[in-house]
Amino acid sequence: MESKRKTKRLGLEQLQRIIELCKSVEERGLDPFLVDVDDIIEIIRRYFPKWDKPEQLCLDAEALNRLASVIKLQGEWVKHRSTSLYTDPFLLEEKIRKLDIETIVEIFLKSWRPIVEFEQISPHSLAEAINYWKELLPLDERWKNIEAQIIEAGVSTREELIEQRLLEEKTFTERVEALWNELKERVGGEGKIRYWDFIGADTFKETVQRAYLTSFMVTHGYAKLEIYPLEDEVYIKPNEKPVPLTKKKRVVSIPFPISREDWIKWKKVKENEQKKSIILQEG
Amino acid sequence: MSKRKALYSRKVKRAVHLLFFRRHRKPGAKGWELKKKLGADYPKVLKLLDNYLAKLDLQVKAVSEEGQPITLETAKPEQLDKAIFYVTLRGELTPTETKMMGWRIDDLAGLAITIMYIISKKGKVPREEVEKLLKEKLPGWRAEANIDRYIRAGYISEDENGQLYLDWRTRAEIDEKNLIGLVLGTETEESYP
Repeated sequence: MESKRKTKRLGLEQLQRIIELCKSVEERGLDPFLVDVDDIIEIIRRYFPKWDKPEQLCLDAEALNRLASVIKLQGEWVKHRSTSLYTDPFLLEEKIRKLDIETIVEIFLKSWRPIVEFEQISPHSLAEAINYWKELLPLDERWKNIEAQIIEAGVSTREELIEQRLLEEKTFTERVEALWNELKERVGGEGKIRYWDFIGADTFKETVQRAYLTSFMVTHGYAKLEIYPLEDEVYIKPNEKPVPLTKKKRVVSIPFPISREDWIKWKKVKENEQKKSIILQEG
Repeated sequence: MSKRKALYSRKVKRAVHLLFFRRHRKPGAKGWELKKKLGADYPKVLKLLDNYLAKLDLQVKAVSEEGQPITLETAKPEQLDKAIFYVTLRGELTPTETKMMGWRIDDLAGLAITIMYIISKKGKVPREEVEKLLKEKLPGWRAEANIDRYIRAGYISEDENGQLYLDWRTRAEIDEKNLIGLVLGTETEESYP
């Protein structure tokens, strides 16, 4: 049992390493032939029968996907080498280093054909502009119709401003934090709650508002999402403290469409669940 | 002047307006735009214009959707419709003339090196590598500022991972094959220990 677990852990580590290697080749423009495809396929094949959890299978699929991208790069590399534009980079680099600036410029000018364009106003557009200017009324004439009403300055209370919808009752951050506190209370022992169960409310309007605030809550590190694509489930998990975004972390945007149909569906399921629990309690 | 001649003369003038004056963020005109404004025979109009511009050391240049130079004679009509047309210089500039255009010799050499290096690395190279190469012959701050200038001008582009690529202006203005051929064909002084 222990050895099985150890093999699995080793396999997962291997998959992570494969993903990282392929990623660095793709992103940093390294030689794609640094990746030994046969070797990697052998590793993936060896560990594949051991995977039983969705996240392990996802990792396996990602490794394969990354490897496919590297194979594509290898194909492009071969194609490029067979074109007349292919030059040995080391040879070219050496040449560039040895040539003096004047020679480089001389060579460049033999291959450079700059685009020619005019930046000039035409007599026609000038005439049009003059006509426009002639017909344009002076500012004091254009603005004279706007008569300002003189109103004596008074005092408004905060409550009055809230009533007139000029001020919000709570600031945006306060609303996000209130939702965060609610999330912490509702997650229970599992430490997470289904996304729809959290944002879902009695009215569609309120549901959309909660989804909107939740997106900010996640973006600003008050909570995180757990996505299970195979089960089509999304959970939301509160963080103990807000975790600020760092530049090093990869930021991913995940869209969640909130339609009225989805909300009606969720509400029906919720009502059925509530009915069932009442029956069980009475029984 | 025959009716036909007068018609083409008008169309050539219209083509000059469309190609010389910038109407979008980038200069030049797309094939379909020219077709809309000049008619289905716009390749013939452009050919006439090209013949006329030859006397002024200018040319009509077409770049395909994929960024490859194409010619009016050999390209298919659907290829031409998607291509971008520019007016470029036909002959060569002298170093003194480039100075008048606002290009210092250092900046121009830096541009040449950057483009050649990107070509040699299959069209994609990390910015730090180019900076390192430029810094061998240019002051550090100048190397960095120059790369930004080439990006602004549309010669190269940079992605979010700091990789540099050739951009639309290089495709339109530079004969890449010729440039590489000339560099490799240049004799350099070998130094022996």
